[in-house]
Amino acid sequence: MIAELGLAALWLAAALAVLQLVAGALAQREGGAELAAMVRPAAIVQGILAGFSFLMLLILFAQTDLSVKLVAMNSHSAKPMIFKLSGAFGNHEGSMLLWITVMALAGALIAAVERRLPEKTMLATLAAQAFVGIGFYAFLLLSSNPFERLPTPAMEGMGLNPLLQDIGLVFHPPTLYVGYVGLSVAFSFAVGALLTRQVTPDFARAMRPWVLGAWIFLTLGITAGSYWAYYELGWGGWWFWDPVENASLMPWLAATALLHSASVLASRDALRAWTIMLGVVAFSMSMVGTFLVRSGILTSVHAFAVDPERGTFILGLLVIYIGGALLLFALRAGTVSEGERFSLTSREGALVFNNVMLSAILGIVLLGTLYPLVTEAFDVRVSVGPPYFNPVGAIFVVPMLMVMAVGPLLRWRKDSITRIRLPIAIIGAVTLAALILVSLLSSIAILPLLGLVLAIGLAIASFMPMRGRKLRLLPIATWGMMIAHFGIAVALFGMASESAFSEETLAAVEVGGDADIGPWNVVLSEVRPTAGPNWTALEGRMMVSYKGGAATEIDPQSRNFWAPPQETTESALVTRWNGQLYAVIGRQAGEGRWQLRLWWKPFVTFIWYGGMLVALGGVLALIGRLMADLKRRSIRSRVAVRRAETVK
Amino acid sequence: MTTGLKAKHQRLILIMIALAALIGAGLLAAYALRNQASYFYVPAQMVSEPPAPGQAVRLGGMVQTGSLKTEADGVTFAFVVGDGEATVPVRFAGILPDLFVEGSGVVAEGRLDTSGTFVADNLLAKHDENYVPRELEDMTEHQAQQVVAETTASEQDPGA
Repeated sequence: MIAELGLAALWLAAALAVLQLVAGALAQREGGAELAAMVRPAAIVQGILAGFSFLMLLILFAQTDLSVKLVAMNSHSAKPMIFKLSGAFGNHEGSMLLWITVMALAGALIAAVERRLPEKTMLATLAAQAFVGIGFYAFLLLSSNPFERLPTPAMEGMGLNPLLQDIGLVFHPPTLYVGYVGLSVAFSFAVGALLTRQVTPDFARAMRPWVLGAWIFLTLGITAGSYWAYYELGWGGWWFWDPVENASLMPWLAATALLHSASVLASRDALRAWTIMLGVVAFSMSMVGTFLVRSGILTSVHAFAVDPERGTFILGLLVIYIGGALLLFALRAGTVSEGERFSLTSREGALVFNNVMLSAILGIVLLGTLYPLVTEAFDVRVSVGPPYFNPVGAIFVVPMLMVMAVGPLLRWRKDSITRIRLPIAIIGAVTLAALILVSLLSSIAILPLLGLVLAIGLAIASFMPMRGRKLRLLPIATWGMMIAHFGIAVALFGMASESAFSEETLAAVEVGGDADIGPWNVVLSEVRPTAGPNWTALEGRMMVSYKGGAATEIDPQSRNFWAPPQETTESALVTRWNGQLYAVIGRQAGEGRWQLRLWWKPFVTFIWYGGMLVALGGVLALIGRLMADLKRRSIRSRVAVRRAETVK
Repeated sequence: MTTGLKAKHQRLILIMIALAALIGAGLLAAYALRNQASYFYVPAQMVSEPPAPGQAVRLGGMVQTGSLKTEADGVTFAFVVGDGEATVPVRFAGILPDLFVEGSGVVAEGRLDTSGTFVADNLLAKHDENYVPRELEDMTEHQAQQVVAETTASEQDPGA
């Protein structure tokens, strides 16, 4: 019954999306007022129905209803409840349902609260949102029905990939999806503005909080995903340039560029066409990412099912939506009139530079991700990894970071370098001092060296906008910007430090024996069997001490899951303020010895602290923008009241 | 500076700069991809036309049954990867990935040394029990049959 309710709600939501599209499109003509009144309610009800449908799927997984194919394929009655629930979106169908649910809820939210734009533009926006939604409803209902019943109920479920049975999976996919799919709002806004030729600062102000919201979730999702890969996969790495990671990085890069260009459009009425273009590109990157992950064209832990039919379906959707939006852009961009002018040395100039750099980095990541697919067509198998991405990306990241340090100090429209020579001199001096100090004290490779030095310079520079201003009067959004930029510096410092100073050792140690790694001493005191609800494990008890201090116990495990049968490595971590000890226990090495793999990673945690700071900066900026908007709105209404009184 | 220019001109200059940067990025990426992408080999290719020693490549094939040996330090492994036509000896120092077993597929990242042994920095084994390295899906039917024959034979053979 629950499965049928969920499916019915999904069909109804799809039907409402069609209604929303048709009514929104017809309302663009003269005399469509009655139809226009239907669009917002349709969007809201569509969101509620999709949410209801997803809730039904969660209930099915919570009850482990084995008559439903998806549950039988991906769940198991012995799984802990939290992983039963997260298992609902740890598979192809469920994750696509989550995708469409997020998309419908985002549409419902803009329909319910967004009233700053001309109504006609809003209707076009909602119609565009419905148009994209319909494709994904069709995909779900026709080729990936999550509510399909089995002819006879299964005796027991097949279980969930143990790598995915982790607390990380409970938060990582929904967070990432809210970010990923939230960008559909930017896409729809861009299409709506193009259709009604309303590319104005008001449009940018309306779009900005939505992009900011999606971007915050993307930032958190990527940060969490990176940490999950770091501790769960047991390789000690935090970023693998895996196609699926790139698929989440690309929308982030585009959304970051979009945020900055939208702020130019909002404050200065410049970069109109460019902002629209980025709005289209950002969500296009989300869809490309979905295609890469869901079509199974790339092998990865994320590619659940390989099904060419599904791949073709998503590819078709991709061509329609991205192609259609780009075509619309090509037809209409010429009619978007030129915005305000600005000098090259100005806030706008710096933002344009960074936008171009971000786009270049996006291009490099996209090419590197797609290149193996292209060569495969010519029967040459290649793999593209860090030797490509790191140096080629750095060529554009380094100038971007330099301009990022100075840009926020510049004034809008026209400024001169000589006006800000003092802060530039301070930043330059600190950076230079750091460069000399680091290169004298240690001999590290050029990229980590550049990363460390630039991180220090940028950290100082990010708080320079405070100089000479009353802190109390500094807008919250400016605090947000400073903290986000500081977060980039912190993350960069962690990445550079991890790559420059990590130490690794591999040893076969007998029980009672020990190994040294960096400043740590690790004693293997016991290896014992242990068990969980759906696994058994060998657990190594280790006493670790930092520079001869008090010993702490850690227990890395090598787990054996039985449904489905699989081994996983559970690493154990000791976190200090200045880094992490990372321990993995391997197999028996013969003669009573056990393989241990140990890393000492100085300041590695800064990578994720930095990511969280960036997201916090986004939250502050969002609060600042919304408060400013409320203030503007209340002033407007007061002015309107006063005008009405004087007319009397 | 540019404030004296007409709006049209400024737009044009911006577009030119952006295009130049993007095309530059594209060319740079294309150049780097030609040089940096590591190529994939199956054992037959690696024997008939070996890559230059020290060049980063990937080797994919089946771990030959009975070939896995642990050296005295307990953390260095030697095994043989084959595709039914040729075999390549591989050395790897590290913890073998979960589910790395003889008779199943593996992709090794590393380089060939001068003696013809493949020194692996990293082994990409399957993430779950149904995974066949993507690069192996394309083995010729003959090779695949050989692999199947070898693995099934070894299962039936009690001595293996």
